[in-house]
Formats: sequence, structure tokens, C-alpha cells
Amino acid sequence: MAEFIQPENFDVAIRVNGLVNRFGDAVVHDNLDLEVHSGEILGVVGGSGTGKSVLMRSIIGLQTPTAGEVEVYGKTLDTIADEEESRDLRRRWGVMFQGGALFSTLTVAENIQVPLREYYPRLDQKLLDEIAAYKVAMVGLPPDAGPKYPAELSGGMVKRAGLARALALDPALLFLDEPTAGLDPIGAAKFDELIRELADTMGLTVFLITHDLDTLYATCDRVAVLAEKRVIAVGTIPELLATEHPWIQDYFNGPRGRSAADCHEAHGAAPER
Amino acid sequence: MAAWADFEHSDGADGAEVRFSGRLTLARLGDLPARIEEVGPISTLDLSQIQRIDTVGAWIVTRAAAQHPGARIVGASDEAQRLLDALASDKSEYRVHADRRPVWVRMLEQLGTSSVAIWDELIGIIGFFGAMLVAVFTQIRARRRLRWNAIVTRFQTVGVDALPIIGLMSFLIGIVIAQQGAVQLEQFGLEVFTINLVGRASIRELGLLMTAIMVAGRSGSAFAAQIGTMKLTEEVDAMRTIGVSPMEAIVLPRVAASTLLMPLLGFYASICAIIGGGVFAWVGLEIPPLTYIQRLREIIPMTDFWAMLIKAPVFGVLIGVTGCYSGMQVRQNAEEVGRRTTAAVVAAIFLVIVLDAFFAVFFSSIGWN
Repeated sequence: MAEFIQPENFDVAIRVNGLVNRFGDAVVHDNLDLEVHSGEILGVVGGSGTGKSVLMRSIIGLQTPTAGEVEVYGKTLDTIADEEESRDLRRRWGVMFQGGALFSTLTVAENIQVPLREYYPRLDQKLLDEIAAYKVAMVGLPPDAGPKYPAELSGGMVKRAGLARALALDPALLFLDEPTAGLDPIGAAKFDELIRELADTMGLTVFLITHDLDTLYATCDRVAVLAEKRVIAVGTIPELLATEHPWIQDYFNGPRGRSAADCHEAHGAAPER
Repeated sequence: MAAWADFEHSDGADGAEVRFSGRLTLARLGDLPARIEEVGPISTLDLSQIQRIDTVGAWIVTRAAAQHPGARIVGASDEAQRLLDALASDKSEYRVHADRRPVWVRMLEQLGTSSVAIWDELIGIIGFFGAMLVAVFTQIRARRRLRWNAIVTRFQTVGVDALPIIGLMSFLIGIVIAQQGAVQLEQFGLEVFTINLVGRASIRELGLLMTAIMVAGRSGSAFAAQIGTMKLTEEVDAMRTIGVSPMEAIVLPRVAASTLLMPLLGFYASICAIIGGGVFAWVGLEIPPLTYIQRLREIIPMTDFWAMLIKAPVFGVLIGVTGCYSGMQVRQNAEEVGRRTTAAVVAAIFLVIVLDAFFAVFFSSIGWN
């Protein structure tokens, strides 16, 4: 059997090389390169339709790229022939989809237990229940949320439950697709804080797709900008501001970008580690 | 090398000293949780030798510490300490399972809630029917033009598209009735009465009943699913805010189509069933088609035909209304669309059969035998 992946031995968690994604005539990515370092929170921004979600789907293997390669912890999903090995890779990441994607016929606690049961069928029920309970607590859901069904939850709670399920296996790598979309500003700010906190506590590497400028300022270590079918710049926000690219200037210096920056300066909540 | 989580313990004066080693993570946990339960009183939990720890490992340590009052956790790295701190607060109030009440309580509760639900549903349908009638009258009084385009589109989907399947089904039903009837009637040498059986049963009952079931399954369900989806995407609400009455724009054309088309489809189905029976009579019983038709004219009273024509629009209204009503009841999520669609079909078929029984009694009591 192949050696298990040990995420802490990797400096680069995700390496995307020359990625091309084409749907019919529409080219979404053309020769896209990106590196995600271990332990960082990388924000991915870009206009609508620039293929942020497609990039995430390519990395986690939901979308087979037209060309190019995607390496996660040194492995490429496409070329892994061994079922055992691909399972080993898959359990290293947790994914939170935009709408939560909770299984609607299961309660929140059962949702959290699904990955655990799938990968560790021999865990006893008592431990499973305890794990579900503390995960519910960790993502800041109320104590009575465990037995509830997704339909009974508010939008913010669905997101938190989705996050709890993504974290069920204690992954090293966390993918978040627009975690604060559809939340009110207070809920969004709390969610940003939660992501930052969990990433610090659990030592997570986070790949975070967002439209939310406040999220970028509050949580991300580095930001990757998607435009013109590739990643045009990666860096901390000050580094990006120093670039000349018109889209980046528009994005960060537009009215919303300015107000988020001002707010961030006023509160001094620097994303420093 | 990734080592499995393990521990060794040495007994001290005030309890065992447990030293963990290896990777205290979910993937490498093995049977450690069970083994640590078996260790007697613990005084110290030593984490200095571990290679790695995650929340599950930290939880096992926290749990052990909580089970053995006075146990100290030592040697935790910064990383481990952060995890331990995050899990330190009491989690016992966090519930995982809903409270389970005794079986008989739950059964009673189920009985009660479903009775109430059926009652509410009945009131709801009647209310909806009333609202629809109001819409019809306001439309007539305001002399607004009917939405003929919408209605004609429904004619296509409810009526024309259904012709092949209804025709084939009725044809086969005709054959089955003729064949089963012939087997029984042969014993008395009365095979010729098979024609009576097929003719009267199809015109008066079966043709229309089978059509109603098929239309409920095809179109009633489609109405519920379409309107349900429109509710989910807030199309119905958008319509209301623009000032278009959903009752007029969505419900009326559908109910009108199913009402107007049921007599036609029912008659068509009856004819198909009679043809099926005729084919069997010709092939199986050697009754020539001409004789078959002649005999049909003698034995089928006009009242059978009227009975069908009276019942058909009523069934049509019923199917249309239950379908549209169920669609309008959809709230919240996509699962609801499926549930409501099923409910619409079941309710429509059930109500059609109940009403059919009433009609049968009614018609025979006014002498339409």
C-alpha cells in the first residue's frame, strides 16, 4: 500500500500548472498557474464568470481539466489509479459549497457524521456523537442545532453546518465557495472571524472564493486575482495595490473597495500571523 | 513514517501516568479510544511524545481528562494546546439526537397530526376552488378576455400529447375486459353478451375512469410540479407584484384545459376500448365487426353517454384544481415540490374514484340503468 500523505511535510499544498478549461468554444482558463502555500488563507477573487468555481472544481476533481495539471500534496487525482490512494487524498480536504449542500434528509449531526462513517466505519456511535457535538460547538451553532434538519435552519446556520461537515474529517485543506454570500453584514463578519479562528486553531490551509471585500481584508493572508482566463496576480493586499493592472485597481479602489479598506484601517484588524 | 496513535501507562501513587505517542489523529486513531477507557484512575496525560494531533485526538485527551478528575495534561505543544483550549468548554449541552418519546405517544401524535393535515388539506382545496370560482366570475364581469393562448398551449400538453398513451391503454383494457368476460360468459353459452359488457362498461365507467387516472398522473402532476417550481423561484410572487393575478394567469388556463378536454379524452378512450373489445370479439369469439357494431347500438342506452359527458368535466375540474392547489402549497425547498406532486396525483385519483361512486349511485337512483 502506498504511503499516507502527511500534509505537514508540504510547503505547497496545491500546485496548479498550465490549467486549461474549455466548455465548447468558451475558454474559461487558459494556461492558469497557481500555488497555495501550506497554512495560508488564500482568497480567490475575480469578476463573475472568470471561473473561480471552475478552478475550485478542477482542484477537487469535480471537473476534469482540458489540459494542464493539478497537484494536491504532490498527487494528481486524474493519475491516481489506486482507489485507496485517492480516498487518502480526498479525506485531506473539506469542501463547503455555496449553498451549504447539506443532505436535506439528514439532521445537522448526521450530516457531520456522513464523512466520518464513510471513511472510518469502525468508529463507535458514542464517539461519533461526541465528535458531531463538538464540531457543532466549534462552528458556533447553538446547542440545539444538532438534531435539526437543514430546512429548519436559517441561511447563516446552514453555512455554519456546511462548514462543520467540511471540517468533519479534520482536513488539512479547506475549500470555501463564497462563504459569506447571502449573509447579512453582521453574520458575514462573524463568519470571517470564525474562519480565521478555525484556521489558526486547526492549522488549516484555506482556499477561499469570495466576492466580499471585507472577507479579503479580515481573513486572507494572500489574494489571487483571476482575470483574462488566468491568475494575473497573487500577493498580499498591499502588494496587489501596488500593481498597475486596471481591474485590480478598479476592484480595490472602487467605492466598495475603498470603504472596506477604510473600515479595516479604522478597526486595525490586520490579518497578521 | 506515519505511526499509529498509541500510549503506554505506568502506575503512580495517585493514578496512572499515560504517555501518548505517534499521530493522535482521526486517520491513525485505531482502537485507542476504547483502550484508554480501560485504564484505571489517571493522574497525568503526557502529550510530549506525540507527532501530530487533530481535534479528534484532542477530544480523546479532553474526554479522558474529564473522566478522571484531577488528571493533568502536560507536555502539549502550542498547536496541541490551541486545540485543547478550543475543546475545553463543556459540550454536554450540545445535543445530537432529538428527544425520543415513547412509541405510543409518537403513534398518537402521528395520527393526530395527519388527521389535522387531511382536514386542513380538504378545507384548503375547497377554499382554493372557491377562490378560483371568484376569479372566473370577476373575469366574466370585467369582460376581460380569456387567455386563449395559455389555454391552447395546455390543450396541446394535456390533450393532444396524451392521445397515444390513452388510446393504447384503453385499447388494451378493452381487450382484457372482453377476454375475461368471455371466459365467464362462455360457461353459460352467452359469449355474445361480452359485447354488452365491453360496450356499457367502457362508455359508462372505464373509459373515463382510466382517462382520469392517466390525466391525473400526466397533467395533474405536471401542474403541481410546474407551479411548485414557479413558487420556489418566486415567479408567482413576481407576478402578483406586477399586478397579474396568478389565479387568472396560471391556474385558470390549466383548469380550463383539463375541464374542457376530459369529455373529449374520455369519449376517445371509450371508443378505443370498444375497438379493443371488438378486435378480441372478432378474433377470439368470431363475432364479425358489423354484428358487433349493430349489437352495440342496440344495447348502449343514450343515458350511458350522457352520464359520461356529465362526469367528465367534473373530473377534469377536480384534477386541475388538486394539481394547481398542490403546486401553490409549495414552500421553501425543492423536496417539497416532489412531495406535493405526489400528493396531487394521489388526491386527484382518490377523489375521482370517490366521486365516481357517488355518480354511479346517483345515476341509478334516477333510473339511468
